[in-house]
Amino acid sequence: MTPIVDLQVGDSLDEIKLSPVTRLDLIKYAGASGDFNPIHTIDAEAEKAGLPGIIAHGMWTMGNLSKLFTPYLEEGFIADYSIRFKGMVFLEDVITLKATVAEKQAQQIKFSVEATNQQDKNVLKGDLVFSL
Amino acid sequence: MLKESIGKRSDKVKNTIERGAVRKFAEAIGDPAPIFLDEKAGADSKYGRNIAPPTFPVTFDAGTVPDLNLPKKGLIHGEQIYHYNRPLYIGEDVYCWVEVKDYYEKTGSMGNMGFLTMTKYGEDADGQLLFSEERIIIINEAARKEMSV
Repeated sequence: MTPIVDLQVGDSLDEIKLSPVTRLDLIKYAGASGDFNPIHTIDAEAEKAGLPGIIAHGMWTMGNLSKLFTPYLEEGFIADYSIRFKGMVFLEDVITLKATVAEKQAQQIKFSVEATNQQDKNVLKGDLVFSL
Repeated sequence: MLKESIGKRSDKVKNTIERGAVRKFAEAIGDPAPIFLDEKAGADSKYGRNIAPPTFPVTFDAGTVPDLNLPKKGLIHGEQIYHYNRPLYIGEDVYCWVEVKDYYEKTGSMGNMGFLTMTKYGEDADGQLLFSEERIIIINEAARKEMSV
């Protein structure tokens, strides 16, 4: 693994492709996060809200995305992490997590981060500053 | 009506970062790394202890803003923004509160939507700010009508 400090603008971290989203993933996240909004776990409630089915918590996907940086926590920490939610994540979707160096300074590296689904559509997108 | 809430905040609530809660959270986001969960790995790390994943503050109780009654339905999570001065440590106490930062309405392709910015803060026992967590919530017109009933 290349130290994060050696990455140059345009370099990417190794992508992570998640297993297809399951209901159990979302039930576990509901329990762990305390977000029990039923549109994330119960079909009938999602349908009542006008959705074709249950959708993942946006924060489930944002939480997953930060693991791209977990192997580098010995070098520094996530100082800023800013995400815009762009699209819904449904059961069976296959999400890929990506991060690319956008700017480099002495004490920090700024990444563009995103999560895409199997149609290569962004479900979330943002910036992350890793502080060295 | 929501505009009147701008600047209002909750009282501080003490939260303790529990090892079991971090384990459950790290597993739920598919990131059960030793730096979060393994005591020895934490002790040997540059932090000298285990830390919590960056989105863990979603679990913190920050109290409630007086007179702010949000609808249960029709809310869309638009954005989420974290700022950290350092990582959060397992076992530490974090004092959290939440403030209504902004509210405005804008008409676009989806009709007239409300944009509410709520920021949660966490500080240590000495009053040093550890993190902020800004959440932008989009509220549709139908949901706002329900609120005024």
